[in-house]
Amino acid sequence: MILIDGLTREYAGKRVVDGLDLRVEKGELFGFLGPNGAGKTTTIRILTTLTKPTSGNVFINGFDVARDPSSVKSQFGIVQQHMSLNRDLSVRENLDFHARLHHLAPEVRQERIEELLEYVELTEHADQLIDKLSGGLKRRTMIARALLHRPRLLFLDEPTVGLDAQARRRVWDLIRKMNMDGSTVFLTTHYIEEAEALCDRVGIIHHGRLIALGTPLQLRQKLGMITVEMQGCGNGTDYRFFPDREDAARFLSSLPVQDKVIMRESNLEDVFVELTGQKVLDK
Amino acid sequence: MSNSLVKRFWINSQDAYTVLWSDLLILRSRSGRYLITTTISPLLYLVAFGWGLGRGMNVNGTSYLQFVVPGIIALTAMTASFNGAGTRLNVDRLYFRSFDECLMAPISLLSLLLGKALIGVVRGLVSSIAFIAASLLLAPGFRVGPLFLMELLLTCLVFSFLGVLAALLARSHQDLATFSSLILLPMTFLGGTFFSLAQVPWGLKLALYALPLTHCSICLRAAALDQPVPWASLLAIIFFLMLFFSWCMVVLKRISV
Repeated sequence: MILIDGLTREYAGKRVVDGLDLRVEKGELFGFLGPNGAGKTTTIRILTTLTKPTSGNVFINGFDVARDPSSVKSQFGIVQQHMSLNRDLSVRENLDFHARLHHLAPEVRQERIEELLEYVELTEHADQLIDKLSGGLKRRTMIARALLHRPRLLFLDEPTVGLDAQARRRVWDLIRKMNMDGSTVFLTTHYIEEAEALCDRVGIIHHGRLIALGTPLQLRQKLGMITVEMQGCGNGTDYRFFPDREDAARFLSSLPVQDKVIMRESNLEDVFVELTGQKVLDK
Repeated sequence: MSNSLVKRFWINSQDAYTVLWSDLLILRSRSGRYLITTTISPLLYLVAFGWGLGRGMNVNGTSYLQFVVPGIIALTAMTASFNGAGTRLNVDRLYFRSFDECLMAPISLLSLLLGKALIGVVRGLVSSIAFIAASLLLAPGFRVGPLFLMELLLTCLVFSFLGVLAALLARSHQDLATFSSLILLPMTFLGGTFFSLAQVPWGLKLALYALPLTHCSICLRAAALDQPVPWASLLAIIFFLMLFFSWCMVVLKRISV
């Protein structure tokens, strides 16, 4: 579905995407995890024909993004990180505009708009101006818009950024639903729990380079499924990773003082910190 | 071969209309407010320069009022078209960031450019025609024929493409305001709108002929006062139209994949 080969993008001599190689299979829910400024959005902009790569090749459904952007453009839908809706138009008008841009016939257009308004539970807000909607409703409008021309591939760039917990959960449910309905999803996020909750496979990007790739379980297993957190060691908290609880418990029993020690399951944040020496939200 | 060309032309026209359609929806929802705000400043120019300063004056044998009205029509068309296309696109690109959606849509760059420019043309025509209607009541005595309307359309096209160009090149909202202050404002007063170019020194006259509004004023004035067609100025307008259109295409190609 997506094939990226040696992708590089430079801005003013600085490499923001650095030799990226990646393959995302049909039907996958793939998560691209990394801190702000890691190169996630630039990668998505290249994949969606908005930015030219400095070098490398990208294929979407077999179409070369650089050579055949027109064919690529009808293959995907996108929910961008920023609110890219026309705020002077209503929800329905925004959807109608997108449907017209994608050449949907008038009768199909109306049917599809109603269907998607229902899908994202926005029917009662259909005629409200975008400017009057909450962040969660705007995001759902963007999701409906991305699905309108029935693309087989969806790019979701930080789809839950700025949403409250309840709105975030609703967007998660929608993402799962879209994936179960057959869409391949390429999701970028800097929320660890989002990647863990949703993704079949995760790629971790740091300073434009892919530094880890696998299922959340594989990445945690590689690090060690159990983390021992020792607070107040040296300059801060020290972490040790163990393949199972028995090994971790043996280590704990060997420690002189145990009141500031926590044993817990490892997560992707631990994987990220261990690989980069930096927290995902640090930046 | 010809069938595929016709099909491509039809698709491009439909896509350009789609791009225009969303902007027309916004214009329709604010049409009353737009009409009032867009005709205020040309009417003020008419009152201040035509009735105030120019009362009793003659330019090349015509009353100053008759002389100045076509100039104000040209500058109304310029301002409304430039702002109608440029400001809207600037907001879409840098504030709403909804222009990305058009760039990612399976439509040609030509359709996108035409659609974005046509809203400027519509706004320019609406403003100019509203002002013409008011002027015919306040200062009758000029002719609005097919040639005049064709030249008005050309004026709107020239400045719409200039607006699109400025918006595509702008990196901030301030850039567009700076462009307006440095290019549009001087053109408003120096582009043959309020005075005859016959009165200015040779060197300055040459510089003023480099402004598109000068030629638009000359052409519209000639058509309004039933004078012979100034072919050189008409060709200059067509030259500016092609220049701005091509420049827009180059910039659009540069910013899209």
